[in-house]
Amino acid sequence: MRFTRLAPLALGAVLAAAPALAQKQQINGAGATFPNPIYSKWFSEYNKLHPDVEINYQSIGSGGGIRQLTNETVFFGASDGPMTNEQLSAAPGKILHLPTVLGGVVPIYNIPGVDVELKFTGKALADIILGRINKWNDPAIAGPNPGVKLPGTDITVVHRSDGSGTTYIFVDYLSKVSPEFRQKVGVATSVNWPAGLGGKGNEGVSGLVKQTPGAIGYVELIYALQNKLDYGTMQSMDGEFVKCSIDTVTAAAGAAAAAMPKDFRVSITNAPGKGVYPISSFTWMLFYETPKDKAKAKVMVEFMKWALTDGQKYAKDLGYAPLPPNVVNLETEALKRIKF
Amino acid sequence: MPKAPSSRRSADDRWFRLGTGLFAFLIFLLVAAIGYELVKNSRLSIAKFGLSFWKTRVWDPVSGDFGALPFIWGTLYSSLLALLISTPIALGIAVFLSELAPRVLRTPLAFLTELLAAIPSIVYGLWGIFVLVPMVRTLQVHTPDWLKKVPLFTGPPIGVGMLSAGLVLAVMVIPFTSSVAREVLKAVPPTQREAAYALGATRWEAIQAAMRYGRTGILGAIILGLGRAIGETLAVTMVIGNNPQVSLSLYAPQYSMAAVIANEFTEAADNLYLNALIEIGLVLFIITLIINVLSRLLIWRVSREVKVKEPRRVPAVEAAA
Repeated sequence: MRFTRLAPLALGAVLAAAPALAQKQQINGAGATFPNPIYSKWFSEYNKLHPDVEINYQSIGSGGGIRQLTNETVFFGASDGPMTNEQLSAAPGKILHLPTVLGGVVPIYNIPGVDVELKFTGKALADIILGRINKWNDPAIAGPNPGVKLPGTDITVVHRSDGSGTTYIFVDYLSKVSPEFRQKVGVATSVNWPAGLGGKGNEGVSGLVKQTPGAIGYVELIYALQNKLDYGTMQSMDGEFVKCSIDTVTAAAGAAAAAMPKDFRVSITNAPGKGVYPISSFTWMLFYETPKDKAKAKVMVEFMKWALTDGQKYAKDLGYAPLPPNVVNLETEALKRIKF
Repeated sequence: MPKAPSSRRSADDRWFRLGTGLFAFLIFLLVAAIGYELVKNSRLSIAKFGLSFWKTRVWDPVSGDFGALPFIWGTLYSSLLALLISTPIALGIAVFLSELAPRVLRTPLAFLTELLAAIPSIVYGLWGIFVLVPMVRTLQVHTPDWLKKVPLFTGPPIGVGMLSAGLVLAVMVIPFTSSVAREVLKAVPPTQREAAYALGATRWEAIQAAMRYGRTGILGAIILGLGRAIGETLAVTMVIGNNPQVSLSLYAPQYSMAAVIANEFTEAADNLYLNALIEIGLVLFIITLIINVLSRLLIWRVSREVKVKEPRRVPAVEAAA
């Protein structure tokens, strides 16, 4: 009997506690795998500063991120390539792209007897991937590399077999420097490669390149740095040969800021300017401009303000290039478009 | 006849039959549901490409042109190759373990073969990349020129490709086939062998008689291996080269159905692209179904042959004796 009398009291206590629990904001996002390490770092650091905010991120791939955002099963998405017009019109609301950090893609190769960093022109690299250049001693490769003794070994092209933002950046660049590449292959996260082998992930590509004499492939800058791989230097739009590094990738973004479109859907491969690495790209977070859940929107805007400023200092350690200040300013302005 | 069961017991029996029957029926439901979902989620691609999906060689996500032929080819080619390599080895292991091995070796060896089946496929894949592929490449480099003109051995020495995939699959399939085949041989009644010996058969002839007796089960063991080879994803994608082409060459990099789904699914943002990938899954489902039906028929034929033939052999044995 006593218990029955106490029951309403207990219920009252539970009800009183409920609002306190509801203050804790849980926000879910999904998307690209490439920025997963820095996003995880950001979310855990931000949680230390704001214990009431818990952001969960599932790195299921850009395609999955866009799909889940369109179906409104997650609050925000993330993608290595900007959404297409078709994808934007399929979404139930207006979507805002916000660049978060940058990445670069570097060519790696395995040529018997060659130990130096090779210089590539964009045209030569495109022709290699297209299969038009199939020997390492081709004049188009030898030209920018005087003094390097290149053997007549056959070239084997190694590309990513899984759909990937890395591939997107790489073929986006090649399509800009070679009209033939644009026409025959085009730009997407997976393409119909004219030749070569597919390796799964950065590790699959670098594994195949290491093992196959005469192979050339491409990996993310982070992967090359972490695994101390040697990689080639690319000719920039201004004709200068630039080695990929965190600074030269950030420089590419800085150069692009002047002509930044309002929706931030911009490709910065083959950007003009001095000291600019040409195979660079933003990675984006995707938000609805008028989200249904206003409370979450408020929290997420606050988070983005932090990520664009204080959060950027974590980028370098993880191998990402931080955003240049002029891009951060543009984005802080754009954050006001999210209504809550 | 045992005495008639009480009404209580017969009711229990009925419930038991109903219950287990329900579980068995769930299997039908599950297969039908998988088929339905696959068709439903690939309708864009089915509507656009129709049956030509099965025979188109192009796979171009950029222009939205999709065909499954290279993947169907790669899956069937690599699985059959694996079957061809693994079957004699696996049967050899099974025969040795059940008929010839000294008693002290029998249990540890059987245990070790079963252990091989428990190794995750990524481990086989890594072993494939780092150990097998370089060996295959050396083999390719040393292929005599006259042999390189044969369509089976054309192409540059890359290492990864159909041969590596077939070999990795064979290694993965061997423990399955050999374990089941060994169990089958163990189940052959000793009287079969004793009868053979009594008729003056050699050891080899007695083993043949045992294998003949258990051939339905041995066939089943081989088909179990085939099923494993067709569905294998990770280890294959790591060594097959992932290049969608239809080539007879063992040295050429190719692709398989399971591998392309695993590789491209996460980044397939476009609807038609996603539908085409799911249709690959549907094709894989249909092909697996066909192979299962065919193997059932084969087993059924073989087992009927055994039943029909055995009584007939008796007079022949008597005549020989």
